[in-house]
Amino acid sequence: MSTLAVHDHAGTHHDEHGHEHHHDQSFLSKYVFSMDHKMIAKQFLITGITMAVIAMILSILFRIQLAYPDKTFPLLTTLLGRFAPNGRISPDFYLALVTIHGTIMVFFVLTAGLSGTFANLLIPLQVGARDMASPFMNMLSYWFFFLASVIMLSSFFVQKGPASGGWTIYPPLSALPKAMPGSGEGMTLWLISMVLFVASSLMGGINYVSTVLNMRTKGMDLWKMPLTIWALFLTAILGILAFPVLVAGVVLLIFDRSVGTSFYLSDIVLNGVQQPFEGGSPILFQHLFWFLGHPEVYIVIMPAMGISSEIMSVNSRKPIFGYHAMVYSLIGITVLSFIVWGHHMFVTGMNPFLGGVFMITTLIIAVPSAVKTFNWLATLWRGNIRFTPAMLFAIGMVSFFISGGLTGIFLGNAALDINLHDTYFVVAHFHLVMGSAAIFGMLAGVYHWFPKMFGRMMDEKLGYLHFWLTFICAYLVFFPMHFMGLDGVPRRYYAFTEFASMQKWLTINTFVTWAAIIAALTQFGFLYNFFVSIFKGQKATQNPWESNTLEWTTPVEHLHGNWPGEIPTVYRWPYDYSKPGAEEDYIPQTVPYSQTMSSNQPHDFEDNPAGLEELNKFTSTLKANEQVK
Amino acid sequence: MLLGTNLLMAQTAAAGAAQEEAPKVDWTGVAYYVAIFFLICLGIAIVGKILKIYDLTLKMQGKKGIKWNNIMAVICIIFLLAGLYGSYWSFTEQGSMTLPEAASAHGVKIDEMFTVTTVLTMIVFFVTQILLFTFLFRYRHSDKRRAHFLPHNNTIEKVWTIAPAIVLTILVVFGFFTWQKIMNSENLKDDINIDVTGHQFAWELRYPGKDGVLGPKDFRLVTGANNLGVNFKKKSSFDDLKVDTMYLPVNKSIRLNILAQDVIHSVYMPHFRVQLNAVPGLPTFFKFTPTITTAQMRTKLDDPKFEYTLYCNKICGGSHYNMQKVVRVVTEAEYQSWLSRQKPYLNDALRKELHFAAANSEQSGASTNRIALNN
Repeated sequence: MSTLAVHDHAGTHHDEHGHEHHHDQSFLSKYVFSMDHKMIAKQFLITGITMAVIAMILSILFRIQLAYPDKTFPLLTTLLGRFAPNGRISPDFYLALVTIHGTIMVFFVLTAGLSGTFANLLIPLQVGARDMASPFMNMLSYWFFFLASVIMLSSFFVQKGPASGGWTIYPPLSALPKAMPGSGEGMTLWLISMVLFVASSLMGGINYVSTVLNMRTKGMDLWKMPLTIWALFLTAILGILAFPVLVAGVVLLIFDRSVGTSFYLSDIVLNGVQQPFEGGSPILFQHLFWFLGHPEVYIVIMPAMGISSEIMSVNSRKPIFGYHAMVYSLIGITVLSFIVWGHHMFVTGMNPFLGGVFMITTLIIAVPSAVKTFNWLATLWRGNIRFTPAMLFAIGMVSFFISGGLTGIFLGNAALDINLHDTYFVVAHFHLVMGSAAIFGMLAGVYHWFPKMFGRMMDEKLGYLHFWLTFICAYLVFFPMHFMGLDGVPRRYYAFTEFASMQKWLTINTFVTWAAIIAALTQFGFLYNFFVSIFKGQKATQNPWESNTLEWTTPVEHLHGNWPGEIPTVYRWPYDYSKPGAEEDYIPQTVPYSQTMSSNQPHDFEDNPAGLEELNKFTSTLKANEQVK
Repeated sequence: MLLGTNLLMAQTAAAGAAQEEAPKVDWTGVAYYVAIFFLICLGIAIVGKILKIYDLTLKMQGKKGIKWNNIMAVICIIFLLAGLYGSYWSFTEQGSMTLPEAASAHGVKIDEMFTVTTVLTMIVFFVTQILLFTFLFRYRHSDKRRAHFLPHNNTIEKVWTIAPAIVLTILVVFGFFTWQKIMNSENLKDDINIDVTGHQFAWELRYPGKDGVLGPKDFRLVTGANNLGVNFKKKSSFDDLKVDTMYLPVNKSIRLNILAQDVIHSVYMPHFRVQLNAVPGLPTFFKFTPTITTAQMRTKLDDPKFEYTLYCNKICGGSHYNMQKVVRVVTEAEYQSWLSRQKPYLNDALRKELHFAAANSEQSGASTNRIALNN
């Protein structure tokens, strides 16, 4: 099933082609060890959704603890056994829940689930390729991810429970098995899982980059690529450059844990016993971790930005405003994201001068982010907005990005970070700006490309309900948390009962928990819609959203190789919506300028003098004809 | 510390025992909630069907069906208004529950920066969110018109690149100098040095004696009686004091010398806008000057029970959520009288351990008792 074989049949008739390739595909090679990018995308999506549901359930569990620290729930003991003795989640298991919730959401849902799904689905379809550069490696990428997910979840079944030192796993807490139960086998499994995860992410990333660079169809130069591709392409580059550093950090941590080295450890007395570690530095791990960790948050948000840009343009029936600015701001974010990691470490004891430098770079990165926001607003301005569920989620993404992004200006300021660091203000900030915003970008993508993935439509009304409940509840959950942070309430606290000053927040906590529960229950509406529509949804037409991009020129029925005949040639950028003079309010990328003489503009021929001359001739004849009349 | 761990283990053991006679699950209660959930789902399904039938009848009459675009646009406006009111309410209601004014000299500067940043960002917040949702309403879909073809406008793009750049430059410059001033404070002769050491799950406080100098520490010297590992080969160690509550004289420069023994902790004193991680193997310090005494703050807040606190703000294990010390800011006179009542770090047990001559053994009884209590 190589792409080459498909190329050979490029000229043959569609039916013949499909027939020839269907009969030799077993269930195993079609659905399980598939090398077709569309199937791998679906595998990533469904695994990602499963992991998201698990992470969501974990979050509800610890939210219950926060809302009712003094109540007992016998049901929890029935469900969780030794982790929740006497109907209450134990402090150690609470930390495990927080840790695994964060790990799953950041890596397994918003990195693999988001990039894995949409890079796999959209890169070949939108740049016009038969498949990924290396379909086999693409398959491996999924199965490494799957293995990593299984190992991560398996840590719930070891005696002392999963890793529980926070998703940032700072040593010495994570390095000393005696420091907390979760730093035993649970931590070992976490580290193994992450190494596999990074391997998966690298194989995927290399594939995405090489496909975008080498396999674009005729006419698809870089400046004709949709913003989704730009975002996914830059995300992949970020991942390739940043993830290996995490592996380096993790491997050294494994050495400290198992071999007795002292990379991160020094001068430690644990439970009154001196430990034989000398000369290491816990700060070193933080540098290595955040060298990935910060680009990671852009790995999470950039695909969501790309997806939202595309969806907002399609559904406003208007070109994305400032396409070049959008690309340059993505590039700016990509480059800058490598030199801002120190803003996570202002108060770790790092040299204060370094803190000052990181503060400058951090606040610079706000500029491209601001440009993107204003361009989205300008895209909506004087549009003709259709509210599909995808559009609503894209708008939600913009709203969250604004709300969460602005609080980043507080946290990026080293002086303000002194008092805000590690409080609920941070929790509120990143849950809005990268958590909710990225999830909304992902859901927008699911609603928008569902017809492309499954050939059927999702139910719109259920989508509306899903959007509004989730959107409102997400704000209800995270907005009050800012104020808790401003009151100096730390994150990762098992209960606020021990401090007189924090008890006043208990009512807010209960409120937040109920908002979270409603949001979680709403997701079952989405799951129902998603899985039922796969089998029973209304059949999709080829281009249901009247969109310009290449993926909508493929037939609804999937076939290996994507296009039955030759891959279409691209003539124009993907955002010719509502062009004055055009018949329809959209002109697909595959339509040459020669067929749209009435809507062409001098701007379209900036680097094409021959075309410009044609256009001038056309307009002058048009004028002459009018004079004759 | 050791007792603490024992206590935890005892808790787990007790929990294990209790599990056998665990409280019974109230299955009817569970079923009740599940039933409610399914009833809501059923309700939604019924409403969905009704809408579908209504939509179909409209279409059979030759009308256009439900105009979902208009409905969504109206909900956007309702959301905007409700959101504006909600955030106003949240700002006033929960905003009033946040920390009181800074009780330290540098904290006042941080609060000024905070106010400036809040004003600037909130203007952007309200303007952009209002624009976003009014655009959605104003430019909702209509078959009668087309969107305005506007691919780019270089002038306006330059404006909104440069404008945030200028605002951020201002914030960066102010922030940078504020930060440098706070963190690069010089050491003064009359700084009060206080040693804060974190371990699972408590803080240990040590004050210098009359010499004003804290004796050096070395983790290799840690024993049961010398739990900080103070080096008694240096003279400055002999008059150090072991302290339970952190007393600070008002308007004096304080230098917290911060270290952790086992894992990373974080010294967090939010009322003073003070935070710095306590890292094993990496001694750090934070300098500040408290300006409001505990008594003054109590009157200001009208809360006779108010206490400043120091607590851990870096995940450090199971009891991370309860690792606190009371901090009292007092007048100079009160401070001196309190200081004179504190016991030396070098107590009798430690003397015995170090084979020192029991020269000053008058305090023996009292100090051993204190150690026992402390642990």
